[in-house]
Amino acid sequence: MTTPLLQMTGIDKAFAGVAALTSASLTIEPGEIHALIGQNGAGKSTLIKILTGVYRRDAGLIMFAGKPSTISSPREAQDSGISTIYQELTLVPLRSVTENVTLGYEPRIWGGIIDWPRAHARTREILARFGIEIDVRAPLGSYSTAIQQLVAIARAVSLDARLVIMDEPTSSLDDREVEVLFGVVRGLKASGVSVLYVSHFLDELFRICDSVTVMRDGRTVARKAIAETTKLELIADMLGRDIDEIRADGMTELGGGQRDRSGEVLLEAKAAATDRRLHRLDLIVHRGEIVGLAGLLGSGRTEAARAVFGLDRLQKGSVSFKGQAPSDPASAIAAGIGYLTEDRKAEGIVPEMSVRENVTLAVLPKLSRGGRIERGRERALVEAFIKSLGIKTANMDQPIRELSGGNQQKALLARWLATEPELLILDEPTRGVDVGAKLEIQAIIRDYVARGFGVLLISSEFEELVEGADRITVMQDGYSVTELQNPGITENALVKAIAHHHRGQAPA
Amino acid sequence: MSTRLESASPATASPATARALRQLRRHGGLVALLVLVLVNIAITPNFLQLQTLFVNISQVATIAIVAIGMTLVIATGGIDLSVGAVMALAGALAPLIFLSPFGVAYPALGLVAAFTLPLLAAMACGLFNGFMVSVLRVQPIIATLILFISGRGIAQVLTNGNLQTFSNPSFSYLGTGRILGLPFQGWLALALAGLVYWLVTRTLFGRYLLAIGGNERAARLSGVPVRRVKFGAYVICAGLAGIAGLIVVAINSASDAGRNGNLMELDAIAAAVVGGALLQGGRAPIFGAVLGAVIIQLVKYTLLANGVEDEVALIAKAFIIVVAVYLQAGRRE
Repeated sequence: MTTPLLQMTGIDKAFAGVAALTSASLTIEPGEIHALIGQNGAGKSTLIKILTGVYRRDAGLIMFAGKPSTISSPREAQDSGISTIYQELTLVPLRSVTENVTLGYEPRIWGGIIDWPRAHARTREILARFGIEIDVRAPLGSYSTAIQQLVAIARAVSLDARLVIMDEPTSSLDDREVEVLFGVVRGLKASGVSVLYVSHFLDELFRICDSVTVMRDGRTVARKAIAETTKLELIADMLGRDIDEIRADGMTELGGGQRDRSGEVLLEAKAAATDRRLHRLDLIVHRGEIVGLAGLLGSGRTEAARAVFGLDRLQKGSVSFKGQAPSDPASAIAAGIGYLTEDRKAEGIVPEMSVRENVTLAVLPKLSRGGRIERGRERALVEAFIKSLGIKTANMDQPIRELSGGNQQKALLARWLATEPELLILDEPTRGVDVGAKLEIQAIIRDYVARGFGVLLISSEFEELVEGADRITVMQDGYSVTELQNPGITENALVKAIAHHHRGQAPA
Repeated sequence: MSTRLESASPATASPATARALRQLRRHGGLVALLVLVLVNIAITPNFLQLQTLFVNISQVATIAIVAIGMTLVIATGGIDLSVGAVMALAGALAPLIFLSPFGVAYPALGLVAAFTLPLLAAMACGLFNGFMVSVLRVQPIIATLILFISGRGIAQVLTNGNLQTFSNPSFSYLGTGRILGLPFQGWLALALAGLVYWLVTRTLFGRYLLAIGGNERAARLSGVPVRRVKFGAYVICAGLAGIAGLIVVAINSASDAGRNGNLMELDAIAAAVVGGALLQGGRAPIFGAVLGAVIIQLVKYTLLANGVEDEVALIAKAFIIVVAVYLQAGRRE
């Protein structure tokens, strides 16, 4: 047994008294592709940031390349052979490929003048090792995300990295680009470099990783060789459930059973696929029904919502909402679909605008005549929603950024309810809001459905789905794999459906 | 009109100085204007004369008109460097039209064409900018750099690089006319500001404009026609620049494609920023831009009237922008 390249043991870290890591550990062998997995908030990124010197650990020992590590800044991490490739690329898109690869380490002639011919040649040589042949003089930004990612990796390797950390490297790549990336990762391994691979896509781990560390609630709960584990086992570890319990708790119905359908069909997706990790979506929502979309992160839940809302173009299959297929958000809204997005800050609120302006943003065409906004009607509408949803705001002209998260979420819910949609897509509607607001939001959703409209509810909270949804469609790796029917769904049954490998037996 | 309550901001018992600073930030522009006027009364000879007022109004009008358009573009998170070149282009076209054989044969029609065709040409420039930015997704600063460079070139080619002088009283009214004793272009600038203010505060277009600048992804997901609105902003901005270009030509009774609107983009951006526009978008203080234009004009005038070199005036302008940006950084919290 060789000595491990990296050994982190007993790592503790607390933020403002709240423990983020408790005696966490991580071991990586030389030349190994090691996966790090866990739910959101499990402590993966905190652990990585301690390793790369972004955070300081409270306790614990880090051994890197046989010596105690004293890394206290990202720059020191890089100099000692640890390179991190973040989800958001940290390169300079407007500069040439060569400049990006050699930035800070340019070959020089004398007096500090850069030796461009040598820099270009070296860059070409580095990239060729990964099978990339591109014009190294062109700006990096003119290439696809995949190529940019590969250039980032090439740069990492050219800096004599011994450990490359990849944080969700494939989340913005399409399927073909993922293949290229995998080739590069294997190349790294062959040249003796270790890779720490953070990903939500479990299938990927089984394709390229050698071993895996599972984290949960700030602790390291398992370290296994990939060859000796199964997806079900990993999921059980991540969720903190007993695998036998999941196995034993047989599912009563794996879709395809007889269904009680009272309301007419509102939305139907048939084998819908986009080039954003949605491979096959079969989904039906009736009037008066809450349909849950369940699955792990990266299983394609949000991508399914985007396809229905017309944000991502369909490559295959069909989506039909009352007989039409929305081609963009504007037409989806006009047809009667509302989409409360998962990321409130990035895709929801317009922070500088008032509560009033945020609430009416999607319904403005109905509130205006000849391009002029009818302010009286606007104020009356907003007033009514503030009252009925109990939005706590000083007045409707207060900037929305000054509201609490729960009240922002209610205002966004009001934005969509105001458009009087017949189908409301809710992506994690209660995430990050306090318990009180959460119950209120759930009550609003119930009221809405009772009026004969449909809801597509995406949630990571099993309880919310099990108690709230009439049916749950389960997603896995971009496929809708099965469907559960209430009453009768238990949390364990749902976990099993999420974890069980279904591919090939998806309902037709 | 409803009463507007003061928002219940968290009760911070701030000392008087902090409150004074906040007030200064909110009304910084007006305070600066007041200080400038007082300084001028004290040191500038003949400042309190009607003639001084006329000169300043006739010069500030063009800056203000262009700054209004610039404010719209900045509100989307963009910038338009081509306004000066568009002024030159529109300004060069007008005399070409009413001095053409057609314009001479039909003076009335020629005059109408001399107003409308240059404005259409200017708006076509705006369409080009809008296309580059919203369809091809080129960075606004790069996209508008294209016309910044080539627009003036086209204007100079059209006029063979010559100064075109003319005598056309009807056309010159735009730059020399008076209403109620004050320069026509001052009234025009105010009217345009009122119109655009209405557009921003009362219409779908204005609301969408601010939403795009505030959070483009959220706006798109809410069904906002992002492309069309951006097109609109660039077209309006270019159209206003075209009007300003005509005014400059009318004032001088001559068109000089090499100098018309030269460095106007900088004055307009400075006026918009001093007026409270945020370069990352989401705010469109139209009358703020007018105020900013007045401040910039007054600074120029103050230095000029007191015999300070033009070059020094540029440095003073830069200083004003620094102060404005500093105050803004505070306003954003």
